[in-house]
Amino acid sequence: MSQLQQAAVSDSTANQAAISTAASGTWHAVCALDDIWPNTGVCALVEGRQVAIFRLQDDLLYAIDNYDPHSDANVISRGIVGDLGGERVVASPIYKHHYQLSTGICVEDTDIRLQTYPVELRDGAVWVQV
Amino acid sequence: MNQHTRIVVVGNGMVGHYFMQELVKRHPDLAAANLQVTVLGEEPRPAYDRVHLSSFFSGSTAEDLSLVEPGFYDRPGLELRLNARVSHIDRHQHVVTLTDNTTLPYDKLVLATGSVPFVPSVAGRDRENCFVYRTIEDLEAMTAAGKTSKSGVVVGGGLLGLECAKALRDMGLDTHVVEFAPRLMAVQVDEAGGRVLRSKIEELGVHVHTSRNTTAIVDGATARHRMVFFDETWLETDMIVFSAGIRPRDELARESGLAIGARGGIAIDDFSRSSDHDIYAIGECASWNDEMFGLVAPGYDMARTACAHLAGETASTFQGADMSTKLKLMGVDVASVGDAHGKTHGCRSYQYTDEVRNIYKKIVVSEDGKKLLGAVLIGNADEYGTLQQMTVNNMALPENPEFLILPASDGKEKPGLGVDALPDTAVLCSCNNVNKGEIGEAVAAGNCSIGAIKSCTKAGTACGGCVPLVTQVMKAHMVKLGMTVNNHLCEHFPYSRQELYHLVRVEQIRTFDELLHKHGKGLGCDICKPTAASVLASVWNDFILKKDLASLQDSNDYFLGNIQKDGSYSVVPRMPGGEVTPDGLIAIGQIAKKYKLYTKVTGGARVDMFGARVEQLPNIWEELIAAGFESGHAYGKSLRTVKSCVGSTWCRYGVDDSVGLAVQLENRYKGLRAPHKIKFGVSGCTRECAEAQGKDVGLIATESGWNLYVCGNGGMKPRHAELIASDLSKEDAIRMIDRFLMFYIRTADRLQRTSTWRDNLEGGLDYLKDVVINDSLGLGAELEAQMQHVVDNYQDEWKTAVNDPEVRKRFRSFVNSVAGDNNIVFVKERDQMRPATVEEKKQAKVIPILATTE
Ligand SMILES: Cc1cc2nc3c(=O)[nH]c(=O)nc-3n(C[C@H](O)[C@H](O)[C@H](O)COP(=O)(O)OP(=O)(O)OC[C@H]3O[C@@H](n4cnc5c(N)ncnc54)[C@H](O)[C@@H]3O)c2cc1C
Ligand code: HEM
Ligand code: SF4
Ligand code: SF4
Ligand code: FES
Repeated sequence: MSQLQQAAVSDSTANQAAISTAASGTWHAVCALDDIWPNTGVCALVEGRQVAIFRLQDDLLYAIDNYDPHSDANVISRGIVGDLGGERVVASPIYKHHYQLSTGICVEDTDIRLQTYPVELRDGAVWVQV
Repeated sequence: MNQHTRIVVVGNGMVGHYFMQELVKRHPDLAAANLQVTVLGEEPRPAYDRVHLSSFFSGSTAEDLSLVEPGFYDRPGLELRLNARVSHIDRHQHVVTLTDNTTLPYDKLVLATGSVPFVPSVAGRDRENCFVYRTIEDLEAMTAAGKTSKSGVVVGGGLLGLECAKALRDMGLDTHVVEFAPRLMAVQVDEAGGRVLRSKIEELGVHVHTSRNTTAIVDGATARHRMVFFDETWLETDMIVFSAGIRPRDELARESGLAIGARGGIAIDDFSRSSDHDIYAIGECASWNDEMFGLVAPGYDMARTACAHLAGETASTFQGADMSTKLKLMGVDVASVGDAHGKTHGCRSYQYTDEVRNIYKKIVVSEDGKKLLGAVLIGNADEYGTLQQMTVNNMALPENPEFLILPASDGKEKPGLGVDALPDTAVLCSCNNVNKGEIGEAVAAGNCSIGAIKSCTKAGTACGGCVPLVTQVMKAHMVKLGMTVNNHLCEHFPYSRQELYHLVRVEQIRTFDELLHKHGKGLGCDICKPTAASVLASVWNDFILKKDLASLQDSNDYFLGNIQKDGSYSVVPRMPGGEVTPDGLIAIGQIAKKYKLYTKVTGGARVDMFGARVEQLPNIWEELIAAGFESGHAYGKSLRTVKSCVGSTWCRYGVDDSVGLAVQLENRYKGLRAPHKIKFGVSGCTRECAEAQGKDVGLIATESGWNLYVCGNGGMKPRHAELIASDLSKEDAIRMIDRFLMFYIRTADRLQRTSTWRDNLEGGLDYLKDVVINDSLGLGAELEAQMQHVVDNYQDEWKTAVNDPEVRKRFRSFVNSVAGDNNIVFVKERDQMRPATVEEKKQAKVIPILATTE
């Protein structure tokens, strides 16, 4: 199994996420992969920041801000994940705005973009760089 | 000659702004088109939606009402000046002067000055707390006065007057309407219609006084004012609003010598030009053929014409307007079409009056009976679209025109107007002048939802009255183009909810992955996942937070509590039938106190607790379960509550034990997942204290059994439940309810309440009775068995959740910390906690709650 699981950094598609992905930072181990049920998210508190971490099919991991600017609440990690037109998204549980997991861009309001973070699976543990 | 054409627009109201939108549509870059435009508006804010002004009282803000997209007036070549009132036009010099004495030259001038409310010359009309109803400032002043008033009078019983009366009534004032004419809405409705309208309005608690001419307003004895009428009778009131018609603002035109219409207004030709060909007039200030139009659609039409003419086009002209109107006044439908008063020579009419429901309908047809000339509809205006199109497009009447307004007996098709019969030129949306042909083009270009149609054609975006007709035309076009009018759940499943339900049952599918693999594509989304979760639960009733089901659950089911605006959750234990022991109440009180929760008795007859953070939920529920409570499923699309009256046990009128039955029903159907939430009511006699006829399922005791009602609803669109069986024994009632609910669960769309399901059910009530009561499909036993399966597999979700360590682990704010979310902050109000507002959070004058330490 590949060690580098972060789709946003590993794949170099047109919508490169590097812009909104923190370029540098410290890596933190936040939980075990098993702590995240498949196709759901959890929230990690890292250096005072709330980071939503999702585990999709094939243990693909994504990390994105937990704060939903449309509802002013820290709830993104509790949203339903899936895809819209092939693009992986999470739907905020409050007013159901969709955010692209790889870029953080809000599908309904493209001016809004959540911060995304590099995330990796290392020996069964989930690491994020914040 | 200047190299630029300087255009000055006076008035930034609805029509003045629409003119600018049209101009910008033609010349997206005004400067490049050598246009230099200045818009002068007297009001302190840019154009707003006057048509929906009344929504200001129900909470809309000036911002919500604004018609101006941010940045619209910031483009090169365009300037908007607010608080800028024009006081003089010098037509020889081509210059306008403002009240602050600045001047502005123009090449072309557009007057869009609208109108002012007419205030009859009654002595005392300038007293304090006398208002008119036209601008946001007027409404602000009325709101302020309403707070210190007990009663209010509206002078004028026309369209606006009644709208205003509603606003006063909603402010809690004792409201009167005083009308000079012998009936309400004299312009739009005839005498018989006026009578029905009057009793409808009076039913709503507004007092109506017709044929009353006010002669003076003086000091009152019991209220601020006393209004004295010509016959010396009087009425006392705290505030007065004049809504006695409008007068065009033609003063600038008058003093500069422009031609004026016979009844006032700036006289214009078919190109919206005044008698000075460098000056146009559009909107309510203009008079065409000595006629003025107090509606927004004709004004928009004039604006388009003027804009075309400025660009040198002469093909489009203003040709008067169809003044048909439809509105909802205090929840009463009122519509008039064409020649409503039957003034055409030789015309004849058909009328239908229902004095029980206060419905009045009339159609006026031509002498030869072939054409529809006009119509009046009061109390129910469902046929408005059809009748208006028939009149405007001169279409042939069907054989028996009376059926156009007679109520259809249940489920039977009405002779409507097939939309195919409409010509392409038929204007469907008169606010935005969108015709049938344009809708067709939009569909052909791939706009296949009403939302897409709205944003690409603008149809339906102003008053909204045309949306049903536009939808119908859109669907007809889609069928014509060979597209399927698609009821697919979402992009992942080419099936309706009903079809998926069937697949799950027949193929014994138990997981979403299997369903997706066999019948769908992609990963799924927040539409199909919760739908699948609900279907799987209705069929199998497995624990919804099982590992493979948890990820499908909607926001509320996901943590077995309703997520609140700040991300905290509510806790709602079940109290079947609203019954609770003193010990139960004490336990709830103690738990709420311990966890500092806000408590409220809800309309569902139980106690809700609010403000729990996700990591507190299992602990709270553990304590509730220990005290004998179960989940109330307040979070699920499932049975909520069975409301009951006290019934024969205590009530001196009761004929049967309503509480007993309610408790039994709530325990039977608790946890049943459905397309939407379900509510029951049980009353112990016909006095109906439990309001069972407003519920999805209602039971009312009679001397000889239970009457069963179904498909009622409160809420946004209330609907009375309908009787489907009488005098049932308790056992039979339960069997019928089993069948009814399962039939609904099988066939309804996602998020379709029983009321809308019933409204869309082909065959209507008769069909439903046949299936449920007479078992016409032979499904009865199967439906009952299926329900029994669900009942037998009931489990208290919260009990399962707190007893499963894996599940319990999910209930935490952070996967790597025991801290709580510090964005959830409370402040105290009326001795309890409530979520802090964003402002309050910033100010930090708050009592932050601490992380739980268990
Ligand atoms: C409560 C209410 C409900 C209504 N409901 C409906 C409805 O359901 N359907 C419908 O079709 N119509 C309705 N109308 C009527 C509709 O609002 C008007 O037809 C429409 O606003 C007319 O637009 P207008 O631009 O001609 O006038 P306005 O919107 O009145 O705009 C004129 C503007 O010009 C400004 N002005 C005037 N003189 C000068 C000057 N000398 N210098 C600078 N500025 C000046 C005024 O201050 C004003 O801002 C309703 C009106 C009201 C008040
Ligand atoms: C689209 C329509 C509706 C929405 C979105 C809606 C939403 C809600 C929400 C979110 C709650 C729960 C508050 C909480 O526990 O956190 C609630 C509770 C409630 N609603 Fe509605 N509601 C709707 C329609 C209705 C209608 C039509 C009625 C009544 C006729 C109604 C009556 C109630 C009652 C009585 C409660 C308290 C329930 C209880 O004690 O479990 N709601 N509603
Ligand atoms: S419905 Fe009848 S039995 Fe029930 S409380 Fe009212 S009066 Fe009494
Ligand atoms: S009516 Fe219902 S949805 Fe609206 S605020 Fe009240 S509880 Fe919330
Ligand atoms: S008719 Fe008013 S929005 Fe279409």
